[in-house]
Parts: sequence; structure tokens; C-alpha cells
Amino acid sequence: MSLLGRVKSAVGGRRSLTGAEALVADLREALSAERVRDDGAERSLIGHDASVFGGGVSGPVCFPTSTAEVQAIMGISEAHGRAVVPRGAGTGLAGGAIPLGAPVVIAITRMNRVLEIDVDNRVAWVEPGVVNLDLTKQLRPLGFHYAPDPSSQQVCTIGGNVANNSGGPHCLAYGVTDAHVLALEVVLADGTVAMLGGIDAEPAGLDLRGAFVGSEGTLGVATKIAVRLTPNPPVVRTLLLSFASVRDAAATVSAVIAAGMVPAALEVMDQRITVAVENYVGAGYPRDAAAVLLAEVEGVGPGADIDAAWIDEIGRANGATDVRVAASDEERELLWKGRKTAFGAIAQIAPDYYLHDTVVPRSELADVLDQVYEIAARHDLIVMNVFHAGDGNLHPLLLFDARQPGTLERVHAAGAEILQASLAAGGVLSGEHGIGVEKQRFMEEMFTSADLEHQNMLRQAFDPACRANPGKVLPVGHSCADIQALRRVPAGVWG
Amino acid sequence: MSTLAVTDPVLTAFAEEIGPEGPVAVEGGRTRWQLGGELAPGTRLMHAPEGVVEYAPAEMTVRVRAGTTVADLHAELAVAGQRTGLPERGGTVGGAVAVGENSIHVLGRSSVRNAVLQIRYVAADGRLVTGGGPTVKNVTGFNLPKLMVGSLGTLGWIAEVILRTNPIPETTRWLVSADADPFAARDAVLRPSAVLWDGTRTWVELEGHRAEVDHEQAALEQLATFEASSGPPPLPPHRWSLTPAQLRSLGDHDTGAFVASIGVGLVHASRPQPPRPVDPGAAEIARRMKELFDPTGRCNPGRQPGGG
Repeated sequence: MSLLGRVKSAVGGRRSLTGAEALVADLREALSAERVRDDGAERSLIGHDASVFGGGVSGPVCFPTSTAEVQAIMGISEAHGRAVVPRGAGTGLAGGAIPLGAPVVIAITRMNRVLEIDVDNRVAWVEPGVVNLDLTKQLRPLGFHYAPDPSSQQVCTIGGNVANNSGGPHCLAYGVTDAHVLALEVVLADGTVAMLGGIDAEPAGLDLRGAFVGSEGTLGVATKIAVRLTPNPPVVRTLLLSFASVRDAAATVSAVIAAGMVPAALEVMDQRITVAVENYVGAGYPRDAAAVLLAEVEGVGPGADIDAAWIDEIGRANGATDVRVAASDEERELLWKGRKTAFGAIAQIAPDYYLHDTVVPRSELADVLDQVYEIAARHDLIVMNVFHAGDGNLHPLLLFDARQPGTLERVHAAGAEILQASLAAGGVLSGEHGIGVEKQRFMEEMFTSADLEHQNMLRQAFDPACRANPGKVLPVGHSCADIQALRRVPAGVWG
Repeated sequence: MSTLAVTDPVLTAFAEEIGPEGPVAVEGGRTRWQLGGELAPGTRLMHAPEGVVEYAPAEMTVRVRAGTTVADLHAELAVAGQRTGLPERGGTVGGAVAVGENSIHVLGRSSVRNAVLQIRYVAADGRLVTGGGPTVKNVTGFNLPKLMVGSLGTLGWIAEVILRTNPIPETTRWLVSADADPFAARDAVLRPSAVLWDGTRTWVELEGHRAEVDHEQAALEQLATFEASSGPPPLPPHRWSLTPAQLRSLGDHDTGAFVASIGVGLVHASRPQPPRPVDPGAAEIARRMKELFDPTGRCNPGRQPGGG
């Protein structure tokens, strides 16, 4: 009998145990005692992700090591009427991994093997728990890297990146996760294993791979992922431009794009965050500039130098007070270290932060940023801006101290206004963090009910019973059987 | 909410004309009309509306109605020095998106899937539905644009898309060699737009700054003799989808005369590719998808993505 068959037949044979105890016993039989945790500390930890959202109540937390074990978890969860929530490193910022309704949590962190590096096809097959930066470290000596590079790349997993269609500074030229995932082996909530996409040129049939990437764990769990290898560019130039205003930096970004260039990265930091980064890592950023633009261009032969010269010229024409080209790899790496540790640097200023994520048309960057500063000031909050300017992806950081009564309410109110300002400028709700629980209620401001119905149909085709990560992405009322899935477990069962 | 409803009267008229019932297929340039099976008899044929609606060169996006030809779209974009990843083969934007086949320049100009940012289609019940968003980066909600690209119009009728554009580089140069190893040629250059091989000759399309293209050409000339070419060779009619590595043993496949896209895995061949194995799990999801999106089977009946 298959593993799944054995566990299914075992379910129901434990009448003397409570439902919750029987669930844990069945999961432990399928995996091992050590890899099914149901202690309060673990479940409490798993109740959160890196966002400000709480309220999650986890059921047992499973650490499978194979596709067959993920199938077994799906079968047992279904037999016990539980939802399932996949979880990577928990670095998500939209609450997508927060367990709602005491689901079984499928933590993929122990499925962390790089299965195959296939240079001839420029593909690597990895398990979902492989850490983003670890993959790139393995590929670099072979002349390749994995292009999407979220700020959390030292800890976030490829599986989590697939769930969120994650971006990063270098996605400007290379595209976000979706453009780098060729095929996925997934386990659906009913235990079915499906291979989506393929490493051939044009896989046949509907692009279910494209539908799965960015679905925030609501369609199933990816258990094997084929990612594209990107060749390391022979020449890289990194420029640091200083400006007397954020507006000048934004105008430079628009002008560079309008000039027909697609740089590898165009990142802007305002003065507050730049000073915090300098205090934290001493990366060589100017403390007196109102904004800095970190621009990177790549190419072969003289190509990168030509682009670098253009950016220098465009920057100065738009008011750059200083333009510096990193003279060495060390200087370049230090500048990037500063940019990527920006979020760690703010602990010196305030105990808590809320990192927003919206996208606006590039030409609207300066105007929307003005509004962001105004909104924060009106709500008496400190805001810092560090963002992927090249693709119009804003990341306003609202700083606060959650111990102060009423502060979190002001933070949420300001956040809602920032979202509305972005939508009014022709933008969208999220560029790379996803919807999770954070932005569900704003979905109706971007989509009609027909649009949302169709999004829900996409989901139902993968998960007709809506048992995978219920209560996320789509607003209540547009989301299939989520409510039943969440209600099935009485409140307090796992409290 | 009603404030978000599509107000373009051209699109709403298209939706009204399709109406809520009866089998309908939208025809574009008929360049891939045979794909996915025979159209069911008695199906009403329609044309999608035409026209570039909104073009913002500085945003590198364009909103275009599905019935516009790719050639007309590209002519309009070229004025501002831009283009898209859609293939130019005499068809329409909607056709190119519904079919989802990439151009031979896919290595340098993006795939069709990555080009579509937002899609508006008439659903099986006659309503207009919008998926995706207008910006170049967006992860808001489920990815309906990806689902629609390559769906052959079987989930809804495409009315309008917003496409990502990309800059036309300073220099585009085709080179051809009679004695190059095509795989070594692919590896010798960083970002070719195309590397094609007919079993004897190798064509390489280089794009970028002139100095950059000169540099890449010099790298190729280290390998073999290359000379200028006016463009790609004529392409045989059938498409085979293989992995890039499988092209090394192309003789094992019954392709007939071929032009293979090195680094991509696509082969233009004189004989058709045998049916490819279908993953049963994926087939079941696709079956449910069709049932949910088109419960009465009125969207392009007879066609099936990957079938026929």
C-alpha cells in the first residue's frame, strides 16, 4: 500500500483520541515524531511572518522532506478537514503565510537540496526550501547566477519566491521570479501531483506554471522547481548619483528609461534611510544628499561604459550634485550591502516598521512620493523611502513604536492613503510583496466583481475545495469556500 | 465596483456583439488558424476591435486593441524607437497573444508571456473582464494574463492588452557562418537575440550599441568565419518544442529540413512534431479551468491548447 493509502486507512482508527491528537498522530506516522511539531512555542512562532500582522493560529507544523510526504500531509489534512498553509522562511511582508483557522502548516525548509545543475539547458532543478542566495553561490563558479534577488535573499527560499513572484533590485532588466521559473512539480490540496510548464521551448497547453507563480500558497505546494540560470555579465558598472531633492532623483530615473536604456538596477534611497545605512554599515553613501540613486549597468566590451556615461550625463542634466562610479568590486559590493541591509538599519531609529509596496507609472514617481511624505507628516509618522525606482516600485517605510497606544492605527490609516494615492496615479496594489491578508480589502478598488470572480475561478481549478491557504488574496465574498474552510475548526481548538 | 468597469465604447460594443450565448470564435490574421484542432461547424466568426489606444514611450507600455496587426503596432512604436516581443508574421496582436508562440528573437526581445501586463477579454457570459495591471511590475492577485496567453481563445475572447515595450537598439546585425559550431557560438556571446542553425550554417543576430555588437562579432570570429547576412533564413512551417540540450542530437528526431533556435530549443521543421506526452495532473487542472471559464463550451469550440 502506498504511503498515502496507509495514512488514509489509519485515519479513523483512533476513536479514543481527540481530533487534534489523532491529526498529530497520523502526521507523525507519515513523517516522524521529530518532524511534526505541535508544541505551543513552535505554533506561536509560526503564527506570524515578517509583516506587522498577527492573529494567526497554527495547527501542527510539518517538516516534510519529499514530495510523497507532502502528498501524505495533504491526504491526512483532507481526512481531518483541515486546511493547509505552505511556509518558506517566513520573510513575507503581506501576511501570506499567517495560518488562519488552525491549519496544518507545511514548512518546506528541510526540502533544501539543489537536485541538478544542468548547464547545457541553463536550468537548475531545486527543492523549494533552497535559500535564494545559496543557489546563486553554487552557480557563480559555473559562470551563472539566479537573477531575482529580494533584499531577504540571504534567508528567503526559492519556494517562497515562487509563491510571491518575488522581485528584487536586479529584476529591472531580468524580470521577476515568474520570468525565471520554467517548470514546477506541485502537490495540490487533494494530494494530486502535477508537473506545470517544462524546460522545453514552448510547453504545450495552458500556462498553469504562470498561474501558479505568485499565487501565495493558495494553489498548492511546489515541491520541485526548475529555474533559469542567468550568465554572469563580463562587465558591470555601478554608479552612485547624489541629488539635492528626491524629485531630481526620480526625474533622472524617468529620463534614463525614456532614453531607451534598460539598466540592471535603478535604486533610490532618500536621506533618512541613507544616513541610517551609513550609520549601520558605512558603505560610503553621502550623508548630505537629499536622495541617492544607485544605478547598475552590465554588458560586454564597451557596452556597460557607454551606458554608464549616458547615466552620468542624464543625471547631471537632471541636477545630480555628484556622480561616482565604483572603482572596484569591493566598493561595488559595499554599496549593494548598504542597499540590501537598509531594512536592518532602521532598528536604530524606531522599534517597528511597516514596509509598503506599491507600483506607479514611472512618470508619476515624483508626484506620488510628494504625497507619501505629506501623508506620513499628516499622520505624525516618520517615513523613509527606499525603492526600485526603475520599475516604479515604491517601498515607503513607516517607522513607529507599537507600544505607543493608537500608533498602529495611524500607521494603517497612512498605509491605506498611500495605496489610494498609488491607485489614483494609475498604479497597482503590489509590485512584489503580494496581497496576503494585508491588501485583500483593497482588491475591490482595483478590480470589478467580474474580475475577482475570474481570479477565484483560476484558484478553484487548482483547489476546488479551497483548502490551500484559505482566507488570503481575494476579499471575503469573492473567494470560493474559504469561509467554510476557516469555520470548520471551532475557535480555540489549538489556543 | 462600477467605477472600474470598462468604459471604452469600442470594447463594450465588442462584448455586446459576442453576447451571452452561442459558439463564437475571433479570427485574427489566420496565420495559425489550424492550431489546436478544427473549429466546430456553426461557430460565429468575429473580428476583435482595432487601434492603439494609449502609448506612453517613457513608461515603455502600450495599450492596444486585439484586432490591431502586430505590424501596425510595431510601426507606431518604431516612431519612438520601441518594439515588443510579439512575433511579426502577418497576424494580429490578439492572435499572437492567444497563440503564445514566441518570435525567433525571443532571447533578446522577451517572450509573448512576459510581454503581456494586462489583458481585457470578453468572458463566456458576455461580461468584460480585466486581469493584471497597467504597470511594468505587478503581483496584485491571480495572474489571469498568464492564463490567457496561449489559451487559443478557449477561456474568453481577447479584446485589449497592455504590452511591455522594449527599446530598439542602436544596431541590429545578422551574421552567418558555414563552419561554426552553433553551440559554441551561443556560448561565445552574452545576449544574442537569435542563434539559428540549419544543420550546416549558423546565423547569429546581435543587438546593442554598435561598439558592443562589434565586440560580440569579434568573439564569434575567434570561433569561425562569419559574414554579414541580410537576416534569418526562411523558416520551415512546423514548430517543435524541445529542450536546448536536445538540439545537440537533433538527428534522433524526424524533423526533416530544420532551422533550430539554439539556446531556446525551438525547431522550425518541415515535418510536424509528434504529440507530446501530457502530464495527467496538469491536464485535470486544465479541464477544470475550461469548465469554470466556459461552462457551455462556446469559446472557440473545437480548439484545445496543445491539442489538434
